[in-house]
Amino acid sequence: MAASQSGRGSAPLDTFPRLLLNHAAVRGDRPATREKYLGIWQTWSWSQVAEEVRAIACGLAELGFKRGDNLALIGDNRPRLYWSMCAAQMLGGVPVPMYQDAVATEMAFVLTDGAIRFAIVEDQEQVDKLLEIKEQCPGLQHILYDDPRGMRHYTQTSLQGLDEVIAMGKIHDTNQPDFIPGEIAKGRAEDVAVMLYTSGTTGKPKGVCQTHETFIAAAQSGVGFDHLTDQEDILSYLPMAWVGDHLFSYAQAMVAGFTINCPESGDTVMTDLREIGPTYYFAPPRVFENLLTTVMIRMEDAGALKRGMFHYFMAVAKRCGADILDGKQTVSGSDRLLYALGNVMIYGPLRNVLGMSRIRVAYTAGAAIGPDLFRFYRSIGVNLKQLYAATETCAAVCLQPDREIKFDSVGKPAPGVEVKISDGGEVLVRGKLLLKEYYKRPDATAEVIDADGWFHTGDAGFFDEDGHLKIIDRAKDVGKLSNAAIFAPNYIENKLKFFPHIKEAVCFGHDRDMVCAFINIDMGAVGNWAERRGLPYSGYTDLAGKPEVLELIRECVEQVNADLSHDAMVAETQIHRFLVLHKELDPDDDELTRTRQVRRRFVGEKYAVLIDALYSGNATQFIETQVKFEDGRTGKVAADLKICDVKTFPVMKKAA
Amino acid sequence: MSGRKIGEVILDLKNISLSFGGVKALQDISFNVLEHEIRAIIGPNGAGKSSMLNVINGVYTPQQGEIIFRGQHHANMDSYGAAKAGLARTFQNIALFKGMSVLDNIMTGRNLKMKANMLQQAFWFGPAQREELEHRAKVEEIIDFLEIQHIRKTPVGRLPYGLQKRVDLARALAMEPQILLLDEPMAGMNVEEKQDMCRFILDVNDQFGTTVVLIEHDMGVVMDISDRVVVLDYGKKIGDGTPDEVRANPDVISAYLGASH
Repeated sequence: MAASQSGRGSAPLDTFPRLLLNHAAVRGDRPATREKYLGIWQTWSWSQVAEEVRAIACGLAELGFKRGDNLALIGDNRPRLYWSMCAAQMLGGVPVPMYQDAVATEMAFVLTDGAIRFAIVEDQEQVDKLLEIKEQCPGLQHILYDDPRGMRHYTQTSLQGLDEVIAMGKIHDTNQPDFIPGEIAKGRAEDVAVMLYTSGTTGKPKGVCQTHETFIAAAQSGVGFDHLTDQEDILSYLPMAWVGDHLFSYAQAMVAGFTINCPESGDTVMTDLREIGPTYYFAPPRVFENLLTTVMIRMEDAGALKRGMFHYFMAVAKRCGADILDGKQTVSGSDRLLYALGNVMIYGPLRNVLGMSRIRVAYTAGAAIGPDLFRFYRSIGVNLKQLYAATETCAAVCLQPDREIKFDSVGKPAPGVEVKISDGGEVLVRGKLLLKEYYKRPDATAEVIDADGWFHTGDAGFFDEDGHLKIIDRAKDVGKLSNAAIFAPNYIENKLKFFPHIKEAVCFGHDRDMVCAFINIDMGAVGNWAERRGLPYSGYTDLAGKPEVLELIRECVEQVNADLSHDAMVAETQIHRFLVLHKELDPDDDELTRTRQVRRRFVGEKYAVLIDALYSGNATQFIETQVKFEDGRTGKVAADLKICDVKTFPVMKKAA
Repeated sequence: MSGRKIGEVILDLKNISLSFGGVKALQDISFNVLEHEIRAIIGPNGAGKSSMLNVINGVYTPQQGEIIFRGQHHANMDSYGAAKAGLARTFQNIALFKGMSVLDNIMTGRNLKMKANMLQQAFWFGPAQREELEHRAKVEEIIDFLEIQHIRKTPVGRLPYGLQKRVDLARALAMEPQILLLDEPMAGMNVEEKQDMCRFILDVNDQFGTTVVLIEHDMGVVMDISDRVVVLDYGKKIGDGTPDEVRANPDVISAYLGASH
């Protein structure tokens, strides 16, 4: 990171605003931000971005934004929202990015908890949400919107367009040119840089306060680890409120000086990905799953010749692709030849379709990735690696070094991070990258950080013989069957989710005599499958209840059982019975977190009657569920669910 | 509807009668459309709603009556002239070019505004090239407005019905019309698609000040978004007024619920 230390003059580059000014001076003409607008990629250079940020900061100051204030940011990945983050930091304030798809009541909680006075939002939709809850959040005084469309008739005095604020800021800046440099000079590395709310798998979200120092250190460690330069291109499309996006699209971009690209809209990500061809890529496992599902659907619709070639070469890749990527010498010459041929005919074009032709390093994190899924991407030559992280650690606790990739581990501790396993099997972390505190929650802070400075992650794991960390599951999720066999639900669920037809799965088994599962079908994949069979259906609930679909899912579950029976550790936890849920699990109904992780306990309580049915041997069960729409209205979904029994396999001895 | 100013009469239909042989599709119908308003035409099946729209943009020639558009009197409109004068429409059963991409379909809406000759367009040189870039920029604005960026390059035939309807609207908008005629814009849509469509119609009206004349079956939609409503039944006008007035009109109630003599 020569760049980040070699600033002009004496001031150390220890806050984000200082990093920004340094980039504007050192690589002022390099692209910093791109956004596709009206079909054309618009580019802003580092010096332009620095000016924009400065104008936003001045405008905010003019409105009364002060050191220590919190600024809520709500919207899709828009350049001006990223810039506003830095603008808030310039003034010594704290940006609080929030999930843009959250329903109004969830937002009310964060706005009150975070003592928010200022909010910058993307568009009319978000403005409407905030106006709806304004009564509950008396502290909220200013709402600024990026996109003025549809906003002409709003007369509320608390509303203002970001354009006007920027114009105001520019005047302010001309009148008081010393104001911003003075504010930046007041910034200290140990100031809180950002507040990210936890996804709340375990309860109400908590605001995690991270300082400039920790986040810059975390970013530097990642940048150094993967040798990132200012030439990288990344696509910023993950929720800005997620620590992963903040690390990759903000902190690392600010440290390394590379380019972030904002997609045109949420629906165009696939096209934008292809157009940009990022060199560095980060996504939660769910995105990789969805990509794979789209590929599989399209392959099934392809002609017989193409399909045959695809399956043949995918088998080749499965056999030797990952080893070739790791540079192992054990691969035979004929396999290498076949793989090279496959690379020209299948893997190359496939990477191109996925927008992964230029990728040097891709990461996944946020949830455990299924080994099969992981292997798929590595075998077609995408250098996909896992990292292990939490909001509280600015991401990146453990990283997989190049050429030392194991499918079932998350790699070695990142530089400057200490990791150990507690006596109870919980993963503990210590280092510079830990959170400063939970916002206004000293009790919760004390709960997770012990007297010696170890952060308790709540994940169960162990180190293998090579010093790689293996995560089994969330510590509180790992349970035991009544016959004392270890039950790790996530492990089984990931196996299920590898099938394109299965979108989500929730397994139960703690203190029970067998494992049962809820399944969500993937509407796209199963819909396509049904259409090709001429199977009519009206919607999700109808499709999920079709006997043919249940049969399809049963086959998938049986394959998982066959797979589990090979491994003595988990052979006891084969799935005996399952049902396909009548609705998709949805964060709007609190069943998933905003990062799309299952809230296991909540689902268990909500559908207790279904669990009872699974374990009582009933063949069907009636259920009616309330569903919430994003605008706050509710509806009802009801269905008679069939419960299917699945064949299980005898435990097999591991082949010698 | 606060900021939008309803203006003068932009389109006035006087005593329009249209018959096909013995079938009297429209009998002595008069109503007007004010600038910037949303005007709905409703009525049971076969009431003459689509015929009315066809008279307005010149597909049918009425036997009697007069159409006054922007102060100019016409015995009948001709389709080309109507389009040139700023009347655009969408169709009940979508009439898009199925094999062409969304982008190309919307571009056809700009056709009347292109000045380059065929030779220049064929070789794409000089003014033709410059012109196309300008039109493309306009089309991109509409794509952004209707939020269809993700299907820009998709052939229309592959799209679901709701999106095709949106593309149909996009093409009509590409003409930058003064009056937009929408023939059942929400037929066959699910609730969510209807909500989107309503929002787009209101936005178009609000943002560009486009006058909208629409035919619609969904009463909820009509009553929600329109400023004034004309009710037709068996080719006759039986009601005209604000949604509330129309709702209270006994003739309308009996036409919709069946008369009780």
